[in-house]
Amino acid sequence: MFEIVKREEMSGGTVILNEISAPLIAKKAKPGQFVILKANETGERIPLTMANTDPEKGTITVIYMVVGKSTALFKDLKVGDIYQDVIGPLGEPTHLEKVGKVVCVGGGTGVAVLHPITRGLKEAGNDVTCIIGARTKDLLILEKEMKAASHDLKVCTDDGTYGHHGFVTDVMKKLLDEGDVKLVVGIGPVPMMKAVSNITKEYNVKTLVSLNPIMIDGTGMCGGCRVTVGGKTKFACVDGPEFDGHKVDFDELMLRLQAYTEDEKKAHEEHCDLKK
Amino acid sequence: MAGADKKGKKEKILRQPMPEQEPAVRAKNFDEVPLGQSAEAAMLEAARCLQCKKPACVKGCPVEVDIPGFIDFVKAGDFTAAISRVWEKNSLPAVCGRVCPQESQCEGLCIVGKKGEPVAIGNLERFVADYERKNKKAALPAIAESTGKKVAVIGSGPSGLTVAGDLIQKGHEVTIYEAFHKPGGVLVYGIPEFRLPKEIVFSEVEGLEEMGVKLDCNNVVGRTVSLDELFEEGYDAIYLGVGAGLPTFLNIPGENLIGILSANEYLTRSNLMKAYRSEYDTPIIKGKNVITLGAGNVAMDSARTALRLGAETSRIVYRRSREEVPARQAEVHHAEEEGVEFFFLTSPVEFLGNEKGRLTGMVGLKMELGEPDASGRRRPLAVEGSEFELDCDLAIISVGAGANPLLTQSTKELELNKWGYIVADENTGKTSKKGVWAGGDIVTGSATVILAMGAGRLAADSIHDYLTLGW
Repeated sequence: MFEIVKREEMSGGTVILNEISAPLIAKKAKPGQFVILKANETGERIPLTMANTDPEKGTITVIYMVVGKSTALFKDLKVGDIYQDVIGPLGEPTHLEKVGKVVCVGGGTGVAVLHPITRGLKEAGNDVTCIIGARTKDLLILEKEMKAASHDLKVCTDDGTYGHHGFVTDVMKKLLDEGDVKLVVGIGPVPMMKAVSNITKEYNVKTLVSLNPIMIDGTGMCGGCRVTVGGKTKFACVDGPEFDGHKVDFDELMLRLQAYTEDEKKAHEEHCDLKK
Repeated sequence: MAGADKKGKKEKILRQPMPEQEPAVRAKNFDEVPLGQSAEAAMLEAARCLQCKKPACVKGCPVEVDIPGFIDFVKAGDFTAAISRVWEKNSLPAVCGRVCPQESQCEGLCIVGKKGEPVAIGNLERFVADYERKNKKAALPAIAESTGKKVAVIGSGPSGLTVAGDLIQKGHEVTIYEAFHKPGGVLVYGIPEFRLPKEIVFSEVEGLEEMGVKLDCNNVVGRTVSLDELFEEGYDAIYLGVGAGLPTFLNIPGENLIGILSANEYLTRSNLMKAYRSEYDTPIIKGKNVITLGAGNVAMDSARTALRLGAETSRIVYRRSREEVPARQAEVHHAEEEGVEFFFLTSPVEFLGNEKGRLTGMVGLKMELGEPDASGRRRPLAVEGSEFELDCDLAIISVGAGANPLLTQSTKELELNKWGYIVADENTGKTSKKGVWAGGDIVTGSATVILAMGAGRLAADSIHDYLTLGW
């Protein structure tokens, strides 16, 4: 049984943390891998990259933004409630090796995904600078954790309510100008990952991004998660979720993420009406 | 009761028809198309069997069901004895009675069929299985004394279920691992409700659980746990029945537009995730003008599902001609009755989309048949300059499946062929890794439910020998 053992609300209740009992997955999972969760019998299978794992406690942690009916259902689950199904760990783990100076850039809930990768890169002996950003101060997540996971943390807000006033890419550019950066890991909303990759391409710095397209099984069976990388079709669930940011067709990915937007909007509205 | 007359003179009984939902009605619902037969009709049908001394039909059955034996019980009205006889060789009769290609197996070899229509063996198998499911009278097959040996079966599709059923009866401890959240494999995610109600599959799985088989869903072997870890956990043998499960795409321009799905994805959304029912959350694209590429059974399932989800047109585009269609004739017939249109000798060239990245049409190219190719079928050749456009907002790619590498890549010692399928001994299912067997689509490539079950049967016999005698 996949029981929720800890629950936190972040970003004013729009972002939820769930620590879930899943001993087999916790034992096996590595940074960069994801799980698929399904709340109940009629629920949808939702892929989420893990923000943390605790093999000794037998738990995994996911952090998600409430965007539609399925995540709204997740939000309704309290400590002691269960997810009917949790499947994983899925996808290829991040290749963690010592390369030297690394910059990790996170936006929105992408920061949660970036967390174990950042820690892993630090543990692998890299000099890790982390840049995290959000629209405004209240939406920022995991500041303390990211500070601990890296050597240096820089914070940005779009509205200037906290840290650097501006985008994560501005700060990243400064670091790239200083030189010597061997690897950039950019995880966040697709437009942010696209912007990060476009800039690092100019500097010719290797860049990893983590993609979260629509998928069903997560084992390479449906092909719903196909993305174009370097002109070739790849399945994010088994070939990814991480890819070379310089080769990803982000525009196609953004369109494909809209496949069910209308249905999702309707379902979410109906769900909210029911709760009134 | 009507039937074979009692004077011994054989009065000709015609093959009893299977009642079906009317095409216009069924094309709008997901209920099963055939309605099932009455006991009287089944007994009449059973009376058509000649009870051959050397039954050809049994040779046509990959799991060698004692066909005349069970039919004789049906004729006598002893349906409980009939199902027990079937169960001796086939643990999934309600499934096989529905989806086996009987016309090319048992019924294809039936002597009665030489001069008229063969005995409706499939319908009879279905009848006795359904009768038992409703009445629950038969005793479960006997379980041999425990051997203390443990077997892991990876995949809960038809071959895995067969292995599990056979080995539990022989006294071994059996656990089935399934990557999805529900058991049944292709029977549940692939075959639609209107052809195989899921309740039937779950009932067959429950039967196995009653016999003692353990089921571990949500476990992706190769990711959640490796084969070596399973051995470390104390399993003595492992059977791999993970299916083919890698969708083939066409690799033509525009294929990543929204509205182009593999048949795997489309059917999984509808069947496993029940997207066709409003109370389920998984969305599905309800196309107005739907094109299905390919003409196998999966293509028929997709095109018929599209109609049921409200499509105004549902078209099958196939690059060869009607003669080469790989689907069962019965499936093609059902699809045509329901209004599926066929575009034969047409090859897809390109998909067209709008600025939102959504599919709006497909460019097709006319083909003509040339010389036979490696498969023995006449090779389709393009007719130059014959391009034409078809409007569509949903295209389902159903041109076959390949070997899913998830498990095989993470297991070093498994020998694979050049297509990525597991190399397994034809007679035993033994792989190159000690203690590991394989069967079904991951060995043969996409085939039928019953062939996968046949492979499971052989492997189960071999596993039993290994557990009792050694490798």
